[in-house]
Amino acid sequence: MRYRAGSVARLTAPLKVLVQRFAFLLLVISAFVLMLLGKGEALLVDRFRTGVVDFATPVMEILSRPAATVSSIVESAKELANLRSENARLREENARLLAWQATARQLQAENASLREFLRFPPESPARFITARVIADAGGAFVRSAIVNAGRRHGIAKGQAVVTPDGLVGRVFEAGFQSARVLLITDINSRLPVLMESSRARAILAGDNSDRLKLVRLSASVDVSVGDRIVTSGEGGMFPPGLPVGTVASVEGGMVRVAPLVDFDRLEIVRVVDFSAVAPLSGSTEVAPAKK
Amino acid sequence: MDGLWQRLDTAARNLFPLGLALTALLVGAMPLYLPGYGMVAPNLTLMVVFYWAIYRPDLFPAAVAFAIGLVQDALMGTPMGLNALVLLAVYGVVTTQRRFFQGKSFAVIWSAFLFVAFAAGFLGWLVMVAFGAALIDPMPGIFAALLTIVIYPLVTWLLARIHHAVFPVGVHVSR
Repeated sequence: MRYRAGSVARLTAPLKVLVQRFAFLLLVISAFVLMLLGKGEALLVDRFRTGVVDFATPVMEILSRPAATVSSIVESAKELANLRSENARLREENARLLAWQATARQLQAENASLREFLRFPPESPARFITARVIADAGGAFVRSAIVNAGRRHGIAKGQAVVTPDGLVGRVFEAGFQSARVLLITDINSRLPVLMESSRARAILAGDNSDRLKLVRLSASVDVSVGDRIVTSGEGGMFPPGLPVGTVASVEGGMVRVAPLVDFDRLEIVRVVDFSAVAPLSGSTEVAPAKK
Repeated sequence: MDGLWQRLDTAARNLFPLGLALTALLVGAMPLYLPGYGMVAPNLTLMVVFYWAIYRPDLFPAAVAFAIGLVQDALMGTPMGLNALVLLAVYGVVTTQRRFFQGKSFAVIWSAFLFVAFAAGFLGWLVMVAFGAALIDPMPGIFAALLTIVIYPLVTWLLARIHHAVFPVGVHVSR
């Protein structure tokens, strides 16, 4: 067939090459246009993105199972080896926590009576949505993860994502059955925080590394290694007081914070639906008492 | 002229490289729970595009490289169009240098891939910095490129096995 149409092919070949080159150039231009559009948070680009992730979610869910299984087997083997020492450590911790429990009960009662005294509105409990991390998305330049819960489970953009250890990040894009979580270590992550002991406010910024930067902290505040950092709840989407990290180093005005969450072992996370049950505008911390 | 079945068969075979690239993409996004793995995960799609651009660009047009890049961007959370651009660039360079690759030993092609992987990583980093207007640490990108280069022989061997199983050597039609 090819040989019979040889004379035609000889004529159309240069044209074909030209068309191909033009198509290639057009694709390169489209890539640039898309990047520019995406920068302005174009709705269509976001739709496409969440659509693709939603579509791939069932497959990613299946693919993530074997790795999670192997990981948990390795983890159980390790736990088995350390059973004795772990048991001793937990007994000790239990004794310490029981003492704390007594203190907490006492403070809770005291707090309740003081709140009543001041007519301070009670804090509404947040709703949690549990989800599994199904993709270690991001590659070399972005820190994000995809979880297998989306809008149909009540997840919305901006919600906090936590593990029992502390804050993981926030929901960046919510699809129908999947959501992308921007980790607090990502270079685009900015988080309003409080130093737990001194109540000094600051912003915790990611830079893609394992250590976060504490910025916009007033110079007069004393910071020492080991200080705990919690969310301040500014902006209303995040509950205040979520543990985030501890100060890892203080060098020449540069404060580095180690996150409490082990991002390498992120598997089950909880999304905090805080705004749905606490529709208070502004910061919930300084909510005035009703008179 | 062709029977419907034969046409379906041809269509399925033609869609095969795209399916393989998508599979590589999803496998690459699998969480492995290894310390630091997420940052330096090898770029499987890069290898797949490189492979088809050398051996069967007739089955893998530039538009497919672009589409794979877009899907990768959507999944990875990178700016939309970034990986599309990188994969297009790789595709463009490789297809224009096809004559160089023909009949070359594996070592030569691997060294060429070394160059391509680093160039692709650098281009991605450059676009990321330009569009994010912030200096991003290039080290994870360098390690990812290294890991990509190291596992290239394994992935290519696998690709070649699958490629020849789907397109037996006898019916290979080259342009």
